[in-house]
Amino acid sequence: MITRRTALMGVAAVALVIAAPALADDLKLPRESVELVAPPFVHAHDQVAKGGPKIMEFKLTIREKEVVIDDAGTKLQAMTFNGSIPAPMMVVHEGDYVELTLVNPETNTMPHNIDLHAATGGLGGGALTHVNPGEQTVLRFKATRTGTFVYHCAPEGMIPWHVVSGMHGTIMVLPRDGLKNPEGKPLHYDRIYYVGENDFYIPKDENGKYKSYDSPGEAFADTTEVMRKLIPTHVVFNGRVGALTGKNAMTAKVGETVMFVHSEANRDTRPHIIGGHGDYVWETGKFSNPPEKDLETWFIRGGSAGAALYTFRQPGVYAYVNHNLIEAAELGATAHIKVDGEWNNDLMKQVVPPGPIPVGKSSAAAATVLTR
Amino acid sequence: MLLAMKLKAALTAAALASPFAMTAVTPSDTLPSAQEFAALKAENFSYRIAGDFSRDGKPVAAPLRQIKLDSSLAIMTRQVTAAEYARCVDDGGCPRIPQASTKDDMPMVGVNWRDATAYARWMTRTTGKLHRLPTDEEWVFAAAEKASDDALPVTGAADPVRVWIARYEAETSRERPALLAPQPVGAFGRNERGLQDVAGNVWEWTDTCFVRHDVEPSGAARVTNTNCGVRVVQGAHRAYMTDFIRDPRTGGCAAGVPPANLGFRLVVEQERWPGLRRMAERAADKVFGRL
Ligand SMILES: [Cu+2]
Repeated sequence: MITRRTALMGVAAVALVIAAPALADDLKLPRESVELVAPPFVHAHDQVAKGGPKIMEFKLTIREKEVVIDDAGTKLQAMTFNGSIPAPMMVVHEGDYVELTLVNPETNTMPHNIDLHAATGGLGGGALTHVNPGEQTVLRFKATRTGTFVYHCAPEGMIPWHVVSGMHGTIMVLPRDGLKNPEGKPLHYDRIYYVGENDFYIPKDENGKYKSYDSPGEAFADTTEVMRKLIPTHVVFNGRVGALTGKNAMTAKVGETVMFVHSEANRDTRPHIIGGHGDYVWETGKFSNPPEKDLETWFIRGGSAGAALYTFRQPGVYAYVNHNLIEAAELGATAHIKVDGEWNNDLMKQVVPPGPIPVGKSSAAAATVLTR
Repeated sequence: MLLAMKLKAALTAAALASPFAMTAVTPSDTLPSAQEFAALKAENFSYRIAGDFSRDGKPVAAPLRQIKLDSSLAIMTRQVTAAEYARCVDDGGCPRIPQASTKDDMPMVGVNWRDATAYARWMTRTTGKLHRLPTDEEWVFAAAEKASDDALPVTGAADPVRVWIARYEAETSRERPALLAPQPVGAFGRNERGLQDVAGNVWEWTDTCFVRHDVEPSGAARVTNTNCGVRVVQGAHRAYMTDFIRDPRTGGCAAGVPPANLGFRLVVEQERWPGLRRMAERAADKVFGRL
């Protein structure tokens, strides 16, 4: 949405849109161009930086498109960065420069921009990146703080609608010397998954059936009505009920340390690994703070991303849920992790498998109760 | 620019010459009873071009031009009323708007650009005369002394942040309309051209798209992007609005004063083949830009 009607962000876009003279040849630093991958996967990266700061180049192309968000075929006029919900995760190191090309192809219907919580000033970049269909822009910012940070579209007047329609992702800024435990010892992960949670607000018709629309604009008014009631119709991981289950379940092996980055750009949530834990959890996602240990559930504030490290000790299927279990079971916020390896009877053993209740014992117990 | 306008006019004329027939029905009972049009003779007026302008990547004030419309302008003396819009809805020509809550004799508000355009099409069908939204230029001309000049504050410094802050201050210090609810037709008086309720508390849709321009060293402005998903709305101040927005007050986290309500008034022409003219114009706009 363009500007001036409500000044702040609009004016920003008007005033600053192409303020930078040219591309960043003013910085004499090595450049690295990164090919982003769709979540839950994360592009290859070093956990400990090799060498000094770099200019890290990323490209996000905005795609407005219809997506199906549940098994009943409910449709959403989605707005996305690079076509995925959530948008791809970017990884850099503290002191790196992030140089982001934001493309809004002419086939889109709306202006968009990007507000990166990791960036300083200019409304997180939102003031400098307002692109109409048929435009692109390049933003550069310095990654001065470590942690996992949400980024999202923030077009003035329509911010929440763009965000809950899918325009959000995470950037992870690692300390140059990698992650540390509270005692300062290095921490390392063998694999990393990015789980982006999204609350959806799909309008229903008079018969209670989900409505579908031909374009985002046509969905706007009805969707806003549902949004204002603050009760999502769907709460999902990676854009769709069941997106991270079955053949798309996450995988790991016993003994592997897995980093789970979890974001929610709009609403509070609380990830929990059923049968597992968070060995080291940066609940707020910011690595300058020592991680908490041995958590059962961790709180992700709406508009933030958190990070949890867990070393799997037992094979099997784990459920990774938002532990508001109504949202997990009824609205969709459930993922699965298939873990390969040898069962450890010391940690858990089925001493007696489920079977009939032995008659004698049970009546003896009953008698005891009665005589008390 | 002049050349572009001439070519555009030529293309338009060529399209109009095509022998398409249009059935004009005039069932008087479905027509708005008393829509009055002011016939305004073209004369020179100063016009601040809509959209964004920058030079060397820095924001600059939009050029102020002395212009004259191509021909005389017939524009409604008041905004389309709720009763009039309701007739279009009943006739199947306009979307029914769930949240619309104005009374019959009040201006129709809560309409987006698409609704307003649908109404204009319906009027064209029912009267056989081309009805359309005014362009921003036409609106400013008709609004006369009620039109406001939204020149970018000049800060002297070539510092975009100063411009940003200056603009913020200018826009947040705008006066809020004392009354937000729509008022009966005529409540905001008549301007010197005889139009009622100009720049009252109902902003009016225009057909003008949001355009970004780059000002070249010669002073010529080059269009770098035209976004017709966003249209100019006019009233106590000029604003840019996405075409599907009906309630301009949604999105409360920005700081300025948004339009209070969105309504519209129409322009009428005598042409027989409006669609062709608009098609040709659009094609010409694409090729030559809008200046
Ligand atoms: Cu967006």
